[in-house]
Amino acid sequence: MNRKKIEASFFRYLFAVVTYGIIFIFVYILYVIFKRGFHSISWSMISEEPKGGFYMGNGGGVLNAIVGSFYIATGATILAVIIGLPVVLLLNVHLVKYKKLVGSIRFLLDILWGIPSIIYGAFAFVVMTWLHLQASLLAGIITVGFLIFPIFARAFDEVVRTTAFGLLEASHSLGSNHTEISYLIYFKRNLPGFITAFLLAFGRAIGDAASVIFTAGYTDHVPMHLSDPAATLPLSIFFQLSSPIASVKERAFASTLLLTIIILVISIISRIIYSKIKRYAL
Amino acid sequence: MHYKEEILDTVVSLKTDSIISIRNLNVYIGSQPLLKNINLEIPRNKITVILGPSGCGKTTLLKSLNRLTDLQHNLKTTGEIFIDEEDILLSKDELTRKRQKMGLLSQRPFPLPMSIYKNISFGLKIHGLANKKNIDTKVEKYLREVGLWEEVKDRLHTSASRLSIGQQQRLCLARGLAVGPEIILADEPTSALDPISSRKIEEKFIELKNDYTVILVTHILRQAKHLADHVIFMYDGKVVEQGSPNKLFNDPETEILKAYIEVGH
Amino acid sequence: MTAAFFYKWRNVIHKISNLWMGISIFFIILLPLSIGLGLVLKSLPIMEDYSFSSLILSSEWSPSEGKFGFLIFIISSLCLTILSFIIAAPICVFSSIYLTQFAPNWLLKVMHLVIDVLAGIPSVVYGVWGIIVIVPFISNVVSPFINYSASGYCLLAGSIVLAIMSIPYILNMLIEVFRSMPIELKEASLSLGATEWETIKKVLLRQGSSGIIAALGLGISKALGETIAVLMVVGNMVKMPHHLLDPAYPIPALIVNNYGDMMSIPMYDTALMFSGLILFIIILLFNILSNLIIYRGKKKYE
Repeated sequence: MNRKKIEASFFRYLFAVVTYGIIFIFVYILYVIFKRGFHSISWSMISEEPKGGFYMGNGGGVLNAIVGSFYIATGATILAVIIGLPVVLLLNVHLVKYKKLVGSIRFLLDILWGIPSIIYGAFAFVVMTWLHLQASLLAGIITVGFLIFPIFARAFDEVVRTTAFGLLEASHSLGSNHTEISYLIYFKRNLPGFITAFLLAFGRAIGDAASVIFTAGYTDHVPMHLSDPAATLPLSIFFQLSSPIASVKERAFASTLLLTIIILVISIISRIIYSKIKRYAL
Repeated sequence: MHYKEEILDTVVSLKTDSIISIRNLNVYIGSQPLLKNINLEIPRNKITVILGPSGCGKTTLLKSLNRLTDLQHNLKTTGEIFIDEEDILLSKDELTRKRQKMGLLSQRPFPLPMSIYKNISFGLKIHGLANKKNIDTKVEKYLREVGLWEEVKDRLHTSASRLSIGQQQRLCLARGLAVGPEIILADEPTSALDPISSRKIEEKFIELKNDYTVILVTHILRQAKHLADHVIFMYDGKVVEQGSPNKLFNDPETEILKAYIEVGH
Repeated sequence: MTAAFFYKWRNVIHKISNLWMGISIFFIILLPLSIGLGLVLKSLPIMEDYSFSSLILSSEWSPSEGKFGFLIFIISSLCLTILSFIIAAPICVFSSIYLTQFAPNWLLKVMHLVIDVLAGIPSVVYGVWGIIVIVPFISNVVSPFINYSASGYCLLAGSIVLAIMSIPYILNMLIEVFRSMPIELKEASLSLGATEWETIKKVLLRQGSSGIIAALGLGISKALGETIAVLMVVGNMVKMPHHLLDPAYPIPALIVNNYGDMMSIPMYDTALMFSGLILFIIILLFNILSNLIIYRGKKKYE
């Protein structure tokens, strides 16, 4: 009897240690990023483009990357919504009685969700060389858009699925057609979930590198046209880190901190908006 | 019939031979009380039926008896529950041994994710039985007891989840009996079953009371009338009336019980 | 006025919306197919000139001389994934058990927050952290300890970073697996006299086995595809790794690093797309299998 007890206690403690260990690592990662990046952050970093020789130690900032990332993320997320929103509503309103079809589409979405960004990037590269296209902001937006639309769709679908079936029945009995039910009722009802899914996809779009490396290119300037190449924060960090000069590396850490803060802010905003809007959407 | 009921009344009210004594049991979830000041005697080798509307606390009462209420984090229990003169609420020691005294049958069958054979041998192995022949014998014995043996003897090692719901519930009963409990706790055991399977389980309970004590929670009046030797009627976390079925069904004292019986018809 | 306006256009809007939806669905089906097709087409040239086995099994890699043996990269990817799995899987299983069976409610809520944030942190940030913390740790502590000289940029570094990145996803899914089990199952086992630990070991883990396998499978497929973070700490040397502390060169890193040279050396771009195709197929297989297991599992409960 005692052996059983010892075994149970041992595992229970082990499991607890592992769990708290995960939390510790989480805090530690944030701590290191903050500590290393903090003293190199300056206003000029955020507001200036890299000057000549930036990667070799001269002045300037990462404005090119900040703006580039925002443009790409915004464009990509909008694209993702354009493709993903009708699909999710389709699954939950129009097709809800064709269980097998809905199941297959969800399955397909899950498969797409699992495809890594490097594959999207490589595929985009193949298409671009075939069409003799140059790396550009537009190409980046499209590629990242394709990447994140399953992320958006899956997240939004999870929320919409939980909408009570009774709402669908009630709406139909009022004489609404599917479109009206989808957009006027279901979408409004799940607005908080929509925003969460949107911001989730947006965060992913800002942070991804493998999908933009071939498609958006890189530049030291803020992109002005869709056909301009665009820099992104992850790539900017990567290039700064590859520099042999220590001060440039420090700037890389600062840029990393910047990116991390942006992501954290998005996460916090998402939670705040969710809890605020939740009252009204119902 | 009448004579027998009167003797039972006396026996129970004299509190002789009760297997479970509950004193001042209170169960709270957070600050809200689920069970209020329960004082009860459960007679040995009889079928005790706990009756009452949804939310009256009957399932909570049942689950406190083998301390399944411990599974919920913010549930607080005060009072004493004596099973065979031992207060099971006193300490957490030997909880498994105390739980072994009671078998549980839930509303829906929950077969373990194993073969039919292993569902029954699981409890046996936990309690130390190792000899394969012994286990085989016992598996057959308990499957026969619930009338499943003929139906499953050729597929003992297939998954239990392939059985029909009625068969699964009987399997769960066999599984519970195999660990040798003294008391059987049944929480609306036929609510998910068709009438024929329900009937089989009910008949089984009548047989079982010779060797076991049965505590049955139900809201089916017909079932209560058919099976009960002793009835406890609960409402809003309290015991409102208790006594022989004859008394409670034909001559209820409280208004609540009167209303409940009328609605049931 | 507007209500009447909309009413008149009601049917038109409905038709346009249906069209929009149809296009989106068509697109969803089209996308994975075209990705597959595109990669295959681009890889055909190299498959015509070299036999499949010579590409997969040879470790001679010298593109300028026309030698394309992918073995080093395939082995690197496999080792990296397996190692990170060995690290992450037990951690996630143990933690999910603790969180769903033993821990107080608030801890589970905190953990969900932690998981959400960790999952949102971009790959490049993990890479930077790996460079700041893991690489020096390996070169300054582990390397002298086991008496093997290493720069710190190695398989182990890549695996550790990859494991940490996989944990939020796998853990999230495992928590779901355990939470979706009906509590009555645990009650049934306990009332047979089993202890809590015995119940977990013999009943819950069995009940959840398919879900656990699916979650781990999805974690593996994510690890195979991870690019930037691994790239930054794994060393990227075209040499077969023989030791945990040797540098390695997984396929995603290969593709990214040589993007610039791709067009100037003949066959290089096809070769890289070929490796991408292999990666895509492996990931797709893991993905499909894991999702199939999950869908079968869900069916049981409905």
